[in-house]
Amino acid sequence: QLLVFVATPGCGGFPSLDSKESYKLSVSEGSLLLSADAIWGALRGLETFSQLVGRDENGTYYINKTEIVDFPRFAHRGLLLDTSRHYLPLRAILETLDVMAYNKFNVFHWHIVDDPSFPYESLTFPELSKQGAFNAMTHVYTASDVQTVITYARLRGIRVIAEFDTPGHTLSWGPGAPDLLTPCYLGKDPSGTYGPINPILNSTYQFVTSLFQEVSTVFPDSFLHLGGDEVDFTCWKSNPKIRAFMKEMGFGEDYKKLESFYIRRLLDIVSSLGKGYIVWQEVFDNGVKLRPDTIIHVWKENSMPYMEEMANVTKAGYQALLSAPWYLNHISYGQDWMAAYQVEPLKFEGTPEQKDRVIGGEACMWGEYVDVTNLTPRLWPRAGAVAERLWSNATVRDMQDAYVRLADFRCKLLGRGVQAQPLYVGYCENEFGG
Amino acid sequence: HLTVTEPVAVLKAAEVWGALRGLETFSQLVYEDYYGSFLVNESEINDFPRFAHRGILLDTSRHYLPLKSILTNLDAMAFNKFNVLHWHIVDDQSFPYQSIYFPELSDKGAYSYNHIYTPTDVRLVIEYARLRGIRVIPEFDTPGHTESWGKGQKDLLTPCYSGKQPTGSFGPVNPILNTTYDFMTKFFKEISSVFPDAYIHLGGDEVNFDCWKSNPEVKEFMKKQGFGFDYAKLESYYIQKILDIVSSYNKGYMVWQEVFDNKAQLKPDTVVEVWMGNNYALELSSVTGAGFTAILAAPWYLDYISYGQDWKKYYSVEPLNFPGSEKQKKLLIGGEACLWGEYVDATNLTPRLWPRASAVGERLWSSRNVTNLQDVCKRLTNHRCRMLR
Repeated sequence: QLLVFVATPGCGGFPSLDSKESYKLSVSEGSLLLSADAIWGALRGLETFSQLVGRDENGTYYINKTEIVDFPRFAHRGLLLDTSRHYLPLRAILETLDVMAYNKFNVFHWHIVDDPSFPYESLTFPELSKQGAFNAMTHVYTASDVQTVITYARLRGIRVIAEFDTPGHTLSWGPGAPDLLTPCYLGKDPSGTYGPINPILNSTYQFVTSLFQEVSTVFPDSFLHLGGDEVDFTCWKSNPKIRAFMKEMGFGEDYKKLESFYIRRLLDIVSSLGKGYIVWQEVFDNGVKLRPDTIIHVWKENSMPYMEEMANVTKAGYQALLSAPWYLNHISYGQDWMAAYQVEPLKFEGTPEQKDRVIGGEACMWGEYVDVTNLTPRLWPRAGAVAERLWSNATVRDMQDAYVRLADFRCKLLGRGVQAQPLYVGYCENEFGG
Repeated sequence: HLTVTEPVAVLKAAEVWGALRGLETFSQLVYEDYYGSFLVNESEINDFPRFAHRGILLDTSRHYLPLKSILTNLDAMAFNKFNVLHWHIVDDQSFPYQSIYFPELSDKGAYSYNHIYTPTDVRLVIEYARLRGIRVIPEFDTPGHTESWGKGQKDLLTPCYSGKQPTGSFGPVNPILNTTYDFMTKFFKEISSVFPDAYIHLGGDEVNFDCWKSNPEVKEFMKKQGFGFDYAKLESYYIQKILDIVSSYNKGYMVWQEVFDNKAQLKPDTVVEVWMGNNYALELSSVTGAGFTAILAAPWYLDYISYGQDWKKYYSVEPLNFPGSEKQKKLLIGGEACLWGEYVDATNLTPRLWPRASAVGERLWSSRNVTNLQDVCKRLTNHRCRMLR
C-alpha cells in the first residue's frame, strides 16, 4: 500500500502559479511513502509512482527500492490547444488533459476562439456562437462543457487559462456582435469586409467589459490570456472615422498608438475584474504601458532571436513565458523532439533577477492543420520533450538517455490507450490497434 | 460507364475491376438532403484511368503494422481508386514475414512473436485487396536492407572485416557463396507461390559497398571475376542471378532504379521504380529510353512531412514532364505514393497518408488537364469529410 501524506490539507481549491508541486517518494521493503506539502505535489508524486511500477513475465507488479526528492524547475508548464481553427470535441480535450498530467504539465492554455470560428457559448452574448461557430448545434462548448474541462483539469492539478484574443484574430466575433469589428473601406465606401475590433467606439468597450465580466466568472484561474498578437492595421487605415480619431488623439500615422490605446483600456477593464493577464509579445514590443505583474508570452521566431526577446522582456521587469521554439504544429521530417528538448529557456544574458522572471513556457499546437483525427499523435510524445525541459533540472540534457526514456514512456502511453506516435524505428510490446 | 437516370441507374464495365471503380464513383455521387433523403443527380459518366499502376507503398519493417491498420488502409485506397499495394514487408530493422520454408527468419528477425504476419494474415491481406481490385506486390529487398535476415539465416549476410579480423557486424547479402543462391532459390519459390501477382519487387536499392570491400574472400572473388574495384559489377552479378531465379518462377519483377543505373542485365518486361529525388525526369528519360517500363515514386515520398498544405505539390506533379518520344512516354505506366515507416506506425499512419495520398490518386487516374487547384481544394475537402464518414 502506498501511504500518501500531504502537509497542507485541502483538495477544494484551484491550482495556481504558486502551487507547491514538490514531493518525496520513499520506496523500501515494507514501506511505500509519498509525502508532499500540498495536494498538487501528491498528484505529481502519484504520477511518478505509477511510472515506476513494472510488471514481470509472470504478471507480478513490482517496484524498485528508491528515494526521490522532486520538484519542478519552472512553475508554469503549459500546453496550448486551438479550438477555433478546428473544433475539438470535448473528449479530445479531456484526453489531452489526462496525457498532460502524465507529463506533469500544469497549465492548459485554451485558445478558444479566433478568426475562423467562435465555439464558446456565451451567456451574455449568445449570438456570438450562434452566428460565429462552425455549427451552432454541434461545434460549440456549452457552459457545462467548459465547467467539465475546468473540473477535469483541476482534479489533475492543471490550471485552465482561457485566451480571448483581441483586437486582431476576431473575425468570427463580427456576425454575432454587429458594430464590434472595424468596417474596412475601399476609397469612400465600405468594402463589406471587416478588420480588427473597432477601438474608437464606446460600444466596443461596453461589450468588452460585459464579455470579460462573464469570462472572469466562468474561468476561476487568476489569469486570463488577452492575446494582442498580429494586429493588421490595413483595415483601420482605410476607415475614415478611424483616421479622424487618429488625428483627434494626436497619434499621427502611428497605428501602434491606436493599438496600445485599445489594449490599455482592455487591460484596465480586466484588472478591475480582479484578474491578472498574459499577453503575446507584440503588446510589449509595441511599447504599451503595462502593469508590472503582466506576463509576456514570447512566440516569435523570425523577427529577432527569441532569446534576445526573453532578455528584453525580463530586463524591463516583466515575467516571461517561452513558446517560440515549441510550436509543435510546425511539423517536419525526423526527430524534431530533439530540438525542442535542447532548448535552454535561460540561455540569455541577464541578471539572476531577470532569470527568475522566466516563469516557464508552453508547447503550442495551433489548429490550422490539426483536429481530433491527428491531434494525439502530433502532440505525443513530442510535447513530452517540452514537459521534461520545463520540469527537470537544466543539467538533464543527455540526448541518448532522453531518447531511451522517451521511447519507453511512449510505449507506456500506448499501454494507457494513448495514440502517441513513434519517435523512431522500433516497437512496443503492445502496438496500437494490435 | 455510369448512367444515372430514372428509374434505374446503370453501371457497365468490361471487367469486374471497372465495376468496382464505378461503384466507388456512384457511392460518391449519392448525397443526403436536409431531410435525410438520399439523392443522386442525373449523370452520364465515362471514366477510365490515365495510368494503370496506381500504388501505395507501406513499410512494415521499420514499424510493424497490425493487420487492422493494413486493411483499413486498403479500404481507403479503394475509395481513392488506388490499385496496387506495394508491401515493403521486410528490411534491416525487422523481418515480420513468417516464411514456411525458413521459419527462423521471423523467429529470430521479427521484433517479437507478436510482430509477425502469419501465412493466414498474408492471405487475408491478399484477398481483402483482391475484393477491392487491388494488387498486392510484395517487396523482398536485397542485397542491401537485409540486416534482419541475417538473424535467422546464418551465413546469408557478408561478415565485415577490420583488417584481418571479422568485426562481428554484417553487411549486404553475401554474393559470392553458392549457399546464398540456394537459399534465394528456395525462398523465392515460396514467395512466388504465396503472392499471386505476376510481379515481385526485388528491391536492389542503396547497397553499401564498405562491408564487401572489407571482406578478404569478397575481394578475392572480385579479382577472380575480373571486376577490378568496381563493386557495382558485383552488385549486378548478384542481382542478375536473383532476377534469373525469379524469372524461372514465371514472375516479372520490379526493381529500384539503382539496379538499372548500375547496368544489370534486365529482362524487357522489368519495371523500374524511379525514387531518387534529384532530376527524376532525366532518370525517367533514361529508363524509358532504354526500353524499360517505369513507375514514378520520387516526388511522392509522403513520409517527408512538412508544415502546411503539401498536398498541392504532390498534385502538381506531371509524370510525363520528361524529355522523350511518344513511345517512351507510354512506358511510364504509373506511380506510387510511398509512406516509409521510420516515423510511422498504426498511431499516425491514417492521418499521415490521407487525404494527402488522394492528391496522388487523382493525378494518376484523371486526365492530364485536370489541374484547377481551386476546384481540387473544394473536392478534396469534401472527399476528406467523406472519408471521415
